[in-house]
Amino acid sequence: MKHTWRRAVGGALTSLTGLAALLIVALLAVILLDALRGGAAHVTWRFLTEPPSDGMMGGGIFPALYGTAALTLLMTLAVMPVGVLTAVYLHEYAPPGSRLARAVRVAVVNLAGVPSIVFGLFGVGFFIHFVGGNLDRLLGYQELHWAQPGILWASLTLAVLTLPVVIVATEEALRAVPMEHRTASLALGATQSQTLARVVLPGALPGILTGAVLAISRGAGEVAPILFTGAAYFLPELPHSMNSQFMHLGYHSYVLATQSPDVEATRPLLYATVLVLLALTFALNLVAVLIRARTRRRAAAAH
Amino acid sequence: MDRQVSMQGQGVVGMAVVAPKLSSAARRRQLREKVIAGIITAMAFTGIAALVLILVFVAKEALALFLDAEARHEASLSKMFLPQVARAGRPATFVWQPVSSVPKVSMIPLFIGTLKTTLVSMVVAVPVGVAGALFAAEFAPRRLREVLKPTIELLAGVPSVVLGFFVLMVLASFMQDTFGVGSRLNALVAGLGLSLAIVPVIFTVTEDSLTAVPRSYREASLALGATPWETAWKVVLPAAAPGILAACVLGFGGAIGETMIVLMASGNAAIVSASLMDSARTLSATIAAEMGEVVVGSPHYSLLFFLGVELFVFTFLLNMLASTWTRRVLKRLSGAGA
Amino acid sequence: MKTFIASLTSLLLLVLPGTSQAGTLTVKGSDTLVILAQRWAEEFMKKNPATKLQVTGGGSGVGLSALINGTTDIAMSSRPIKDAENKQLSARSNAPATQIAVAKDGVTFYVNESNKLDALTAEQLRDIYLGDITNWKDVGGLDAPIVVYSRENSSGTYVFVKDHLLKGEDYTASAQTLPGTAAVVNAVAKEKNGIGYGGAAYAKGIKELKVLQGKEAIAPSEENIKSGKYPLSRELYFYLRAKPAGDAKAFLDFVLSPEGQALATKVGYFPVK
Repeated sequence: MKHTWRRAVGGALTSLTGLAALLIVALLAVILLDALRGGAAHVTWRFLTEPPSDGMMGGGIFPALYGTAALTLLMTLAVMPVGVLTAVYLHEYAPPGSRLARAVRVAVVNLAGVPSIVFGLFGVGFFIHFVGGNLDRLLGYQELHWAQPGILWASLTLAVLTLPVVIVATEEALRAVPMEHRTASLALGATQSQTLARVVLPGALPGILTGAVLAISRGAGEVAPILFTGAAYFLPELPHSMNSQFMHLGYHSYVLATQSPDVEATRPLLYATVLVLLALTFALNLVAVLIRARTRRRAAAAH
Repeated sequence: MDRQVSMQGQGVVGMAVVAPKLSSAARRRQLREKVIAGIITAMAFTGIAALVLILVFVAKEALALFLDAEARHEASLSKMFLPQVARAGRPATFVWQPVSSVPKVSMIPLFIGTLKTTLVSMVVAVPVGVAGALFAAEFAPRRLREVLKPTIELLAGVPSVVLGFFVLMVLASFMQDTFGVGSRLNALVAGLGLSLAIVPVIFTVTEDSLTAVPRSYREASLALGATPWETAWKVVLPAAAPGILAACVLGFGGAIGETMIVLMASGNAAIVSASLMDSARTLSATIAAEMGEVVVGSPHYSLLFFLGVELFVFTFLLNMLASTWTRRVLKRLSGAGA
Repeated sequence: MKTFIASLTSLLLLVLPGTSQAGTLTVKGSDTLVILAQRWAEEFMKKNPATKLQVTGGGSGVGLSALINGTTDIAMSSRPIKDAENKQLSARSNAPATQIAVAKDGVTFYVNESNKLDALTAEQLRDIYLGDITNWKDVGGLDAPIVVYSRENSSGTYVFVKDHLLKGEDYTASAQTLPGTAAVVNAVAKEKNGIGYGGAAYAKGIKELKVLQGKEAIAPSEENIKSGKYPLSRELYFYLRAKPAGDAKAFLDFVLSPEGQALATKVGYFPVK
């Protein structure tokens, strides 16, 4: 009797926790459905390939797509080498118990926790004023040339922000490569760097790709770090140099939602922009999740 | 003569321990290896360098508050933390109004705003996240778990500006229609939006902690006659407790630092009140909203960077706490498990 | 893989040379002016395809700071430049700002469409925004708390209302600050007991309050604003670091031309002449 009662309570509580999990999934679905409902009709090929017109009440979002793509491309070029090599150090080169390795890990965990707006301040204080200012002085510019918001500084700021993502994903990928591959390579006479370049890194490539994809997804979605380091609302042309400002899907959504000239007229545009941003980050995250699931299964089999 | 003998002697001993002479190619390879290892080790410093640079350069811009006379007068520490008389003839209060003929720079309304929204988000996200993780780790069939985890990771991937948009457009109206609150954009609504942002972190870290508990714990408990639920509640959860606490601390840090959601959904009024239905102004949203307006080098500019330093220090301390607890749980479980 | 990365990098280097943005005119600042400035920019660029204009909002304070910092050519402002700002500008560019009035506007107070009130006196509006009156019944409405909406302190409209209505005193701390006039309109349209303010051009979906002076309720209409009868009418400005020359001059000539001023009327403002 008592056992039945305990089982019943257990069953009820299991359902409760199941409901909690369901709630999270349901909220995700609601957000998706709402964006779809409000914006799906408006996302046409023209919308994706035309610039905005009529004071942001018509036209499309091509410059924002281009700006987002250019920004994340630059960011990826900056973050991947540094992130992958740092993870390589942590997993392949660091002696066990190394103090440097421990310090790097602590730094990475903390970097992941820094608020995104503080990255924005860092971008202004370090990249724009310090690096940009000194660059201007060195190159002899009288007016502000590098010491102003631009796509280069915004992408470098985002690169620092996504560094932990790349490091963690790469470490996971390196762990998935079986130790036997490394030892076999070394036994055949390869040096550590040769093993790294020809055996380990190729084997870890899917996981490294996950890191890149997740970093791109963060870069496309984060708005706070680019508010003052280069994003703009209305530009007549696409960014064409390293110190150009750029339009950005996330920033555009924010401005349309809070500062649009005619709330009713821009509502479909706003929803469509948000839908495109959501679809983009979703697709990227889905790809990352799929690669990661495959890598985890391979790691479990290898160890 | 003696010298020759001793050198010979040395030579004999030396030969026994000296490595075979390297060919020039081998020596070049060793050099190349050393260089590569050096470069990679140097790369590792960038992570540390980035963190240090962030602190240094954000603090540097805030330093003027303590060095420049005008800034020190406008924004002294007492003005930031003690009540000041805002309107002639009225009692001293805490007011944040930095753009004014007499700037008012009290941090208290901002702290209270940050605290209110963060507290709401924790009250909602912790039970839901931990319960959901418990379900996923202990009770869900394996296939359901393999679908659930990635789905929640997808929620983690939703940009915060989209969450803020959703709260601004849909949730705020829903709350107002259902509960008839005074201000449509308030601390409660912003807190709910924040909980959407931090639930994935709490879920993922809790789930990782729960799955790290060795199977032997569960098997022993079940063997002694406990039901699966009793096992989960009395054995697994306590074992993973430090990790779950770490998850909560990470969620807390994430909520404090989150910017876009509160910027769009909290109403941004720097009110000192206990009511959740009042608008609130958080530290992060203040920086985002006012940074565009400042003139570089002005006291207001330094003040905003000072807010950034405060945010950095809070989240740094929270992260260190979470790391300590995670390490403790891993040590305990790996030491005891078999 | 290597060739892919190499080709991508070379594409990037082709596409993003490190040259400066020659020939782009930056216009930055007031959200009140930004929609009008965008229209002006669009029309001007159609006629002069060689010149590029870049228009961003952010608030009058943002524009003037950018002018001082040197990151914009023209600052749009819905309020006159402050003495302190002018001093900072002179310190950095050896001359005070050049001010050019480009349009007229009337700051309108909005309430929800369901609100029965049509007009309030300037004193009542002042007391509401100072936090001295907190219930609609104190000004002749229903018994409900007044939900006060305002702008961020970077807004010129914020400063204008502060100087001209609040006589320099601070807004009530419980005023919810929103980042743009459109956000204020949106909020008031959704909030039965809300009150907000903004440029006349934005008033859609809400009710505009008339200002009661004695027995007369003055509406923010075109004639009242042009004649100056509406008490909260103001000029909107473009500020530059020096007298306009080159591209800036061509743009300003267009803005002040009959065609440019007609565009202002179309967008919802009033010509400056």
